[in-house]
Amino acid sequence: MAKDSRLILDPLTDNNPITIQVLGICSALAITAELEASIVMSISVLFVLGVGNVVVSLMRNIIPSKIRIIVQLIVVATLVIIVDLVLKAFAYELSKTLSVFVGLIITNCIIMGRFEAFALGNGPWKSFLDGIGNALGYGVILIIVGFFRELLGSGTLLGFPVLGDPIEKTGLYAIGYENNGFMLLSPMALIVVGIIIWIQRTKNKALIED
Amino acid sequence: MGLKNKLHNFKEKNKDKKWLPGFNALFTFLYTPNETTHGGTHIKAADDLKRTMNTVILALVPCLIFGMFNAGYQHYLALGEIESANGFLGASFWTLDNLWIGALTVLPLVAVSYGVGLAVEFIFAVIKGHEVEEGYLVTGMLVPLIVPVDIPLWMLAVAVIFGVVIGKEVFGGTGMNILNPALTIRAFLFFAYPTWMSGDKVWVHGAVERDQAIAAGQNLDAISGETLLGAYAQNSSLAGIDYWDMFWGIIPGSVGETSKFLIIIGALFLIFTKIGSWRIMLSTVIGALVMGLIFNGVVDAGWIGDTSKFYGLMSVPFWQHLIIGSILFGAVYMATDPVTAAQTNKGKWIYGFLIGFISIMIRVFNPAYPEGVFLAILLMNVFAPTIDHYVVQANVKKRMKRIKVKTA
Repeated sequence: MAKDSRLILDPLTDNNPITIQVLGICSALAITAELEASIVMSISVLFVLGVGNVVVSLMRNIIPSKIRIIVQLIVVATLVIIVDLVLKAFAYELSKTLSVFVGLIITNCIIMGRFEAFALGNGPWKSFLDGIGNALGYGVILIIVGFFRELLGSGTLLGFPVLGDPIEKTGLYAIGYENNGFMLLSPMALIVVGIIIWIQRTKNKALIED
Repeated sequence: MGLKNKLHNFKEKNKDKKWLPGFNALFTFLYTPNETTHGGTHIKAADDLKRTMNTVILALVPCLIFGMFNAGYQHYLALGEIESANGFLGASFWTLDNLWIGALTVLPLVAVSYGVGLAVEFIFAVIKGHEVEEGYLVTGMLVPLIVPVDIPLWMLAVAVIFGVVIGKEVFGGTGMNILNPALTIRAFLFFAYPTWMSGDKVWVHGAVERDQAIAAGQNLDAISGETLLGAYAQNSSLAGIDYWDMFWGIIPGSVGETSKFLIIIGALFLIFTKIGSWRIMLSTVIGALVMGLIFNGVVDAGWIGDTSKFYGLMSVPFWQHLIIGSILFGAVYMATDPVTAAQTNKGKWIYGFLIGFISIMIRVFNPAYPEGVFLAILLMNVFAPTIDHYVVQANVKKRMKRIKVKTA
């Protein structure tokens, strides 16, 4: 169905949670210094948002509206704890890099936003697609930002030294290139996100608000 | 037919070409264009944006020339090839050898700064279809003056692109920027390539090179390229440094900021031509002196022992803060940037005072940033509109009261 595919594709482009709705910025700034962390974070959010949307959608008719936020929080918290424990069990080093930011997925605005705006009013299959779509839209931006920050900041990609060795002075470093330390600081992540927003809105003028 | 008419006809012929703004920029450098205004209001004045910018550049030229001599002098002095100059007019300072080294190191910085910066401006003017704005003329001159002599040129180029695009063009170009572009460029360099922007090597030409040669196994003496401020922050003793040397500027530092004497001359020139705001300059100096006095008071009261890591800079006599770092350069040429400074007169006093105050605070309390002037000015750039807002509101309130008193 055409409409179902829009649920996935829209958040990737014209309704991107980060660049258009400007949600979930904290984690996008905090953990994107390395590409690997960005990818793991994206997958974690994909899991939490995909499953969480389905769970909330299934319960949508029995949740009293006065306490719906608390119920949603319990759903997210449960899923986040699962992610956290899985990471600690199978990728301990990485879970130390991500530190509190896995736990802070609970407060990621995208997740609560999708629960409130979509899952409470739609069936489980649509909610699932919406969750996947939004998590992918979030992940794409995280991975783009992580790619540039790791490449320019550390000269590596996923830990591989793609630009040469800065200490042995091989590759690009032989001709005097140096890593850009500013890229590793959070303000630069904000600027990179800003540049993505800039490019996106130049391509599609309809997105420009007054 | 004169050159001017030929150029004008050329312009008329190519009216709708995309590159016309680029041509216009060069054209208006040579001649006043033939166009006249058609609207209702006419102001006849010679001090357009280009004239204003050129006045600031004129005020900067002495600093640049001195910086070139100083680059060579510090280089040869560190190598031990010349005697200390002993003052501003010392024989070993104003030599052609010194100027030659300075020309080799400083002029490329100027060329890269202007070349890259103006290229970015031209590209944006062509894309957006407006005239090339003159805003970069001063920035391009300031940039080489506030970086160490040995900064690699490609780093400067990257920083200039960043500074002009993110610091200015994204906000809408000249006149719309929140942050001072030259300081944005310096901040970018400082955070991106800290090994080239701080430390005890980069401030004297040749010190880094010599260091690498020693690391490679050559038997040479290391030469120090430390600024006085860096030395103070490390609590080193400063025996043998003459205060007059600091005033005349015969010390290591960024290219153009060392000579307090020439900066004061430039300041007087800017005040006389009414381009720079004397309120900002004066209040910055006052702010710095007040903070220095507070620190001196803390030391005098014995609240801080000489084992503290802040002792070195805190015990500096308050007036010396003005001559050991670049606060005067910042106050005269950076803080007064009319676009990013506060606009109201009262606001200027507050803005300047806080710049001086915060500069010295950063300088003393954060040894990682021995020179806090650029951070202080950038911070106050952000707050300038807020300051103006409250000054205006206070004035509105005062007038409202006056109306009430009258009508009551």
